[in-house]
Amino acid sequence: MVEQNLAFRSATISVLVENESGVLARVIGLFSGRGYNIDSLTVAPVERDRSKSRITIVTSGTEMVIEQIKAQLGRLVPVYRVQDLSKEGPHLARELALIKVVGIGDARQEALRLADAFRARVIDASTESFIFELTGATDKLDAFLDLMRPLGLAEVSRTGVAAIARGKATIE
Amino acid sequence: MDGSIKTTEIMKSGAEALLRALKDQGVDVIFGYPGGAVLPIYDAIFQQNAIRHILVRHEQAAVHAAEGYARSTGKVGVVLVTSGPGATNAVTGLVDALMDSIPIVCLTGQVPTHLIGNDAFQEADTTGITRQATKHNYLVKRSEDLSRVVHEAFHVAKTGRPGPVLIDLPKDILINPAPYAEPNNLPHRSYRPRTTPDARKVAEAVALMKRAERPIVYSGGGVINAGPEAAKLLMEFVRLTGFPCTSTLMGLGAYPASDPQFLGMLGMHGTYEANMVMHGCDVMLNMGARFDDRVTGRLNAFSPGSKKIHVDIDPSSLNKSVMVDVGIVGDATETLRALIAAWNADTQTQDREALAKWWQQIDVWRSKNSLRFTQNRDPGSIIKPQYAIERLYKATRGQAKDTYVTTEVGQHQMWAAQHFKFDKPNRWMTSGGLGTMGYGLPAAMGVQVAHPDALVIDIAGEASILMNIQEMGTLAQYRLPVKIFILNNQYMGMVRQWQELLHGNRYSESYSEALPDFVKLAESFHAVGLRAEKIEDLDKVIAEMLAVDRPVIADICVDQKENVFPMIPSGAAHNEMLLGPEHKANAGGYNGGSVTDEGLVLV
Repeated sequence: MVEQNLAFRSATISVLVENESGVLARVIGLFSGRGYNIDSLTVAPVERDRSKSRITIVTSGTEMVIEQIKAQLGRLVPVYRVQDLSKEGPHLARELALIKVVGIGDARQEALRLADAFRARVIDASTESFIFELTGATDKLDAFLDLMRPLGLAEVSRTGVAAIARGKATIE
Repeated sequence: MDGSIKTTEIMKSGAEALLRALKDQGVDVIFGYPGGAVLPIYDAIFQQNAIRHILVRHEQAAVHAAEGYARSTGKVGVVLVTSGPGATNAVTGLVDALMDSIPIVCLTGQVPTHLIGNDAFQEADTTGITRQATKHNYLVKRSEDLSRVVHEAFHVAKTGRPGPVLIDLPKDILINPAPYAEPNNLPHRSYRPRTTPDARKVAEAVALMKRAERPIVYSGGGVINAGPEAAKLLMEFVRLTGFPCTSTLMGLGAYPASDPQFLGMLGMHGTYEANMVMHGCDVMLNMGARFDDRVTGRLNAFSPGSKKIHVDIDPSSLNKSVMVDVGIVGDATETLRALIAAWNADTQTQDREALAKWWQQIDVWRSKNSLRFTQNRDPGSIIKPQYAIERLYKATRGQAKDTYVTTEVGQHQMWAAQHFKFDKPNRWMTSGGLGTMGYGLPAAMGVQVAHPDALVIDIAGEASILMNIQEMGTLAQYRLPVKIFILNNQYMGMVRQWQELLHGNRYSESYSEALPDFVKLAESFHAVGLRAEKIEDLDKVIAEMLAVDRPVIADICVDQKENVFPMIPSGAAHNEMLLGPEHKANAGGYNGGSVTDEGLVLV
């Protein structure tokens, strides 16, 4: 019997797909229909002629489940390529967040100081609020949001993860 | 199949372009039902002779008929239904074809493009509804895409792991002129299924099998789907190696049942020897099967001591439920050919002595005769369902005609699988994965359309047959002499069996109350109705059924209490199989005591 590795791992998977109607629904339907997790999902056309889109999915599961997810994605007719970035060498993963912090006085000052330390940009300000724009790895965004919570964190909009392999190799 | 194909001509209407595309794909018959959105296609059908249309009585039956056609010919089955309810009625058939990997192209009408999303009359979001019910689906929004999409749909349906593909056709696309492009052989942009096995993996597999002391070949529907050549090669491989061979429900006929190296079907209602071999083997070659839960029983006790080799055309089948040692992605024909070549090239010698000992053990298991049943032969005796199948099988052996069998779903299906022996592929059509009651009659219809001179029998239960009984009308209209052989025990037998074994004999809603008189029912549909109530009627009824060149319903009244054995209860392992009441070794009998709480939640 082949031993199963039952440890959970997180996987960042890039999927290059034909940019046609319904393709995102196919991917999402696959995840919901088979009970896989989606921690983050982003999609946008990446070719000049908009013929292909790149979907980046962050998911988690046992090794067997993650391999199954990749195989199921590869089986979809409009899918060109499935790349497991977490497995196929080093990669970069970034997301962007827009963060609204409401407050006055010391809390407001502290929020601004911390934003500076995290290299978050102020993209909107009123006398009682800031909107910060912060780019980085998911855990950096999480850490910043934890710090903002007691300082008047009011609203967050996050893009989800975009990821790419390091070095000259490409997905195609 | 990209956009660069040359346009050859402009057709008067999309419907004409569609029919031209079907003709160029080699389609000779469509199973369908008309309605508002597909009227332009029906008008085009009226004006041509190349493609025959079979008018079914319900859209679900159209898909099952196409499945029967496809499974018995190896060709793509084609379905045509209207928008809205036409499409939603077809969904069960599509999922059935998806689960059993049957190539189908289903054409659905749709409201005109400008009305899509407006909740128009007979509008349904067909591509949305069928996304998870098909291998792939299309909505044609531009006339210039129409012929390309049709050609692509056929390519996707029949290549790789076959499956149903749906094309949703808005009415304006069917009416407006459309350019027609012939099929081309350019590779698809993104869809490129792999059929050639990795030579390194093949060599690894052969090395494992050469050293095997207790081997088994476990073959499945993939061998049937790969075509008759794969079945021949399977036979060649099994002969070459001297291995025993078992088959899934979907794979029956790929390896001849009458061959001594065949152990019968495996799984929940498989033979004792097949399941014991699976449990005790040291090397397993899974050829085109998918480790379905009906086959494996409790996963953590499934074939615990074996090295597993899995050949499948679908990469997602590998390591899905059972982790394997060697996974090979490939078409069954190509892979079997590669395995035979590699076996012959490999210099290791096989341990024939160990293999002979394995066969001795197998013969001990075989001698249990696990499919045994007791039929009282005294006149007036009640007919055992197994005996009815056995007599039917014997009677068909004497026929010059090629015999095809379809089934509905339930006890009768398992008895047919156990007692009707298939020596050739494509002769056995059953709903394996989805387990769709009502499959057998329309499937038999599709088989008979494809093989007008063959003997086509639907082995049915009295409950299942009522789920698509309206198709008796289709049989009459097209003079399709399908034989419907009902094992009538007045119960949804498999439900009753589970209630007996697992739910304390509480037969909740499983009694078939107020059944029709099947003889009169047959007559009202212009067919012949026959009935056997006692053992002395049986052979007579079978002989008469086979002699008549018309559709027949034979109502065989069988023992109501009979259960399907052997049985691996839910949540049990292969070696924990329950044998029938005839087997003394099984002293405690089948009281359900060995079904665990965990097993109880399984289906």
